[in-house]
Amino acid sequence: MTEPDDQIDRGPAGERVLGRVRIQTESLPSPAAPAPLPARNGGAPLIARDVVFDIRDMAVYYGDNQALGWTTFKIYRHLVTAVIGPSGCGKSTFIRSLNRMNDAIRGFRIEGQVLYHGHDVYGAEVNRVEVRRRIGMVFQKPNPFPKSIYDNIAWAPRNLGMREDLDARVERALTQAALWDEVEDRLRDSALSLSGGQQQRLCIARAIAVEPDVLLLDEPASALDPVATASIEDLMRTLKNRYTIVIVTHNMQQAARVADQVAFFTLDPGADRVGTLVEHADTQTIFRNPKDSRTRDYVTGRFG
Amino acid sequence: MSALRLRLRPRAAIGAEAARAGRTGDRILFALCAGAGLLAVFVLGEVVYQVISGARPAISKFGLGFLVHSRWAPNFSAFGAAQALVGTVITSIIALSIATPLGIAIAVYLAMMAPPAVRTVVGPLVEMLAAIPSVIVGFWGLIVFSPFVANHIEPALHNVLGFMPLFGAAQTTGFSLLTAGLVLTIMVLPIIAALSRDLFLTVPVELTEGAAALGATRWEIIRGVVLPTTASGVAAATVLGLGRALGEAIAVLQVVGDGTGIHSSLFQPGETLAARIANEFTSPESKLHIPSLFYLALILLVIGLVTSVLARMIATRFDVHRSLA
Ligand SMILES: Nc1ncnc2c1ncn2[C@@H]1O[C@H](COP(=O)(O)OP(=O)(O)O)[C@@H](O)[C@H]1O
Ligand SMILES: [Mg+2]
Repeated sequence: MTEPDDQIDRGPAGERVLGRVRIQTESLPSPAAPAPLPARNGGAPLIARDVVFDIRDMAVYYGDNQALGWTTFKIYRHLVTAVIGPSGCGKSTFIRSLNRMNDAIRGFRIEGQVLYHGHDVYGAEVNRVEVRRRIGMVFQKPNPFPKSIYDNIAWAPRNLGMREDLDARVERALTQAALWDEVEDRLRDSALSLSGGQQQRLCIARAIAVEPDVLLLDEPASALDPVATASIEDLMRTLKNRYTIVIVTHNMQQAARVADQVAFFTLDPGADRVGTLVEHADTQTIFRNPKDSRTRDYVTGRFG
Repeated sequence: MSALRLRLRPRAAIGAEAARAGRTGDRILFALCAGAGLLAVFVLGEVVYQVISGARPAISKFGLGFLVHSRWAPNFSAFGAAQALVGTVITSIIALSIATPLGIAIAVYLAMMAPPAVRTVVGPLVEMLAAIPSVIVGFWGLIVFSPFVANHIEPALHNVLGFMPLFGAAQTTGFSLLTAGLVLTIMVLPIIAALSRDLFLTVPVELTEGAAALGATRWEIIRGVVLPTTASGVAAATVLGLGRALGEAIAVLQVVGDGTGIHSSLFQPGETLAARIANEFTSPESKLHIPSLFYLALILLVIGLVTSVLARMIATRFDVHRSLA
């Protein structure tokens, strides 16, 4: 398993990020961090990044079966981190463990630590409802509530007591999800009358409306046609200005298009087919210069 | 090439035969289903017709005044439905207003909260409660429950709510509209609970997970997602329960007592439409007695049909799938 030089960001991506990331001096690269590689185009400035998730030796079991091996890496603020890998390698297991969506599954057990801004997500005093409010999630299959478009967005804020300017909040969420123009005059219509791509953007809007810190997306475009997929991908690129995004995808091109960093998981054939993190690095590194041969095989389509 | 074609042809013929056989099967199935459907319509029409024609003499004699007159004295040829009508309405209201929230609560618990062990034991028990023959429930009501109501429930209610005429002084026997309503509650409860539980289990996990991922509490998920998506079905379950409460004769007869007149207190004995019909049909005391009982049956039938239609309308309003799409 390789840890990338993850304290810093450079090159074109770095320039894009520079304007909006709060630079936190105390998290500047420590002396222990790997030396930065030479910047490709003439030395963009190095930027310190806030760590949102610090995942340490995370292992997940369903009953007696281990689904995910000991996984360690960090997820950074205002970046899109893509989780890729073959079917059944534990991508969903991994992402659902970040906001405790697996708690309801019988036999689910987690080892290691998931630190969210330094706090253990699975800490004894932590309320999982509060965790999920901060860490929103969008699922593979669009799952709008059988309510009106408006009520789909307004439901969670109402629950949380965000009743002031609800109309404005709904509009803002729909605008951010690039759906406002399409539904502006039909907010009272059933959400089920929307197309699949619109429904998925509605689900993103719904997640955004409670002002989360992180958005987890589990193959959000896999049930959608190419046009809808493209609009979801566009959305990822704008939403990362405001949110930290973790997206599961089994589509390599998609990962290459939207992600800043990529975590590649695979099924470890040696260890009882346990999902294992192979490599986590910047997107360019994963696709152009992966350190692990399994990563290279997978991203070039030579995966067996 | 030609050999291939030759070999293919018989196969195609076999396929066609199979298709034809399938078509015959389809036709038989269709005829059976259509026949069954028509039979249901016919039976409903026949029952309504017989009830109306049986009631005709009483309808022409008493008219709609029948509904508001409470005196029922067959040997004086005095017939009025008001007492039984009020009794039916009150016992059904008692039964539904307790059994609906309680049944939904049981269903929510069984479908969404109970540990698997509890679920697998309590679930079938609830269904078995619905399968107890009503005469046995009535028997239990007569021997065990009525004294309990007289000695404990009536005094307690009177102490707390005695300022309302509804909860007058406790009676000695426990044979009362209240007891009848509570016995009906016990009979209606498992119907609402079991059906609602099955409905709650059909709510897609995607929806409840979607709600949970928005930081909703369990109660918010139940109130905001589970109940609204199943509202029409729960309403239908309630109507089924109401049907049983309206129509139950035997168990009510065993605990409602033998009252005359309409009283303000629930602790007084009373009468319901179904109980009176079952009780008196075999022993008419005057010429209009049987037609009057048919008239009671007609009232019961109309109440049943109207509530079912109303429930359907309310359900459609609640049902977001249909009303918004
Ligand atoms: N609810 C569950 N109960 C038991 N095993 C599960 C459950 N969900 C997933 N698994 C198992 O965990 C492994 C990883 O699954 P998953 O995380 O869904 O993979 P991916 O999303 O990468 O396709 C699989 O072997 C799967 O069978
Ligand atoms: Mg998955």
